[in-house]
Amino acid sequence: MSGARAVAVTVNGRRHERQVEPRLLLSDFLRQDLGLTGTHVGCEHGVCGACTVLYDGEPVRSCLLLAVQADGHAVTTVEGLVPEPAGGGSPDPDRLHPLQEAFWECHALQCGFCTPGFLMTLVPFLEEHPEPSEDEVRHALSGNLCRCTGYQHIVDAVLLAARKARSPLP
Amino acid sequence: MKPAPFAYEAPDSLGAALDLLARHGGDAKVLAGGQSLIPVMNFRLAQPALLVDLNRLPGLDFVRRTPAGGLAIGAMTRQRRLEREPLIREAAPLLAEAIPYIAHPQIRTRGTIGGSLAHADPAAELPAVAVALRARFRLQREGGERWVDAASFFAGLFTTELAAEELIVEVELPPPPPRAGWAFLEVARRHGDYAQVGVAALVALEADGRCREARLVYLSVGDAPVVAERAAAQLAGEVPTEEAIAAAADTAAREEMDPTGDLHASARFKRHLARVLTVRALRLATARAA
Repeated sequence: MSGARAVAVTVNGRRHERQVEPRLLLSDFLRQDLGLTGTHVGCEHGVCGACTVLYDGEPVRSCLLLAVQADGHAVTTVEGLVPEPAGGGSPDPDRLHPLQEAFWECHALQCGFCTPGFLMTLVPFLEEHPEPSEDEVRHALSGNLCRCTGYQHIVDAVLLAARKARSPLP
Repeated sequence: MKPAPFAYEAPDSLGAALDLLARHGGDAKVLAGGQSLIPVMNFRLAQPALLVDLNRLPGLDFVRRTPAGGLAIGAMTRQRRLEREPLIREAAPLLAEAIPYIAHPQIRTRGTIGGSLAHADPAAELPAVAVALRARFRLQREGGERWVDAASFFAGLFTTELAAEELIVEVELPPPPPRAGWAFLEVARRHGDYAQVGVAALVALEADGRCREARLVYLSVGDAPVVAERAAAQLAGEVPTEEAIAAAADTAAREEMDPTGDLHASARFKRHLARVLTVRALRLATARAA
């Protein structure tokens, strides 16, 4: 039926229950129903990668999933990269994920529109490939479009984050 | 909200899914991975009355050995799983080699083998690989099932033998012939883009080094996977020397395909790419067979 359905989706560790129309995209559910506007929508047909989130731990394009499909599943958005403090409350806005820090350091973003998608693509990539070659990094980010910075600084940031993870500074 | 309104069902058994298709057939669209269907729904190029979502079906996500030594793969097995599955690398290395060419990891997380075959995009990798591997598909409908060979499944542009009330439930790959080598190659403007031309090749050798059997199947040069039968027949019985490989590639590219040019590649350029890729693929497949 096209009427609203009840869904329960765990987003960034927190369970959300909502009524959704079947045609509501997961990307719009995250942004409009949950107010998590860190997930950006660019092309809305699976080309630009800006809306990438983790779905049960794997990167997906959230514009190519229906919110109703996410019932019972776990989603991580860019807001969930830095976990909430153990005692509850909002994450400290000054705390960044190591890959976000590397993006900052290498000037891997300019307008920042594509950045959440890049981060959510590359965080699981780095977990799977802790010592990536530059070539592997370029392949890994080929599904994400950046229209202002160019990709070199993004590649640099990923390689820097990988280096730092291998030999953390004291 | 991008897609037009639709009724939505996510059956939790194959029987319930087949029942829905039996009742709604042509008005329904089947949602597998959704990586091709949801984009066209977002554009409202597709406005199905009913969406039958297979993602809650149990039992269609598997990769296992068949008694014959081949593989059986469930239709809802994600491409990402196929990419990581050691059994695929062992028993169907051609398939393993082709999977990383399918779009991007974010797409392969969701995309399924059955969905890709049923969608029958002429630029897709899996249909060509299925034809090259002599796969067959188990199609089920309410109250019956049939097996269809990949070679006769793909009927044309986004068109297959699949009836509106049928589902692909399983893909079966026979064991590769003895002393066989393989290669999958494609050219795209950027990694993950649709291929301008791609080829799946297999070469099986006799003990004395002559070619017993060759297979060449192309993507993106026709409305469906294109099989170069004459080029393959030309190699059979020959030692696959550089000259023999070049001659077979000429036959395939000149006589056995009729590519359509587009904005990025003229028909002539595609033919050129097909020839170059054929030479490289046959060389690689021969080296791996030896």
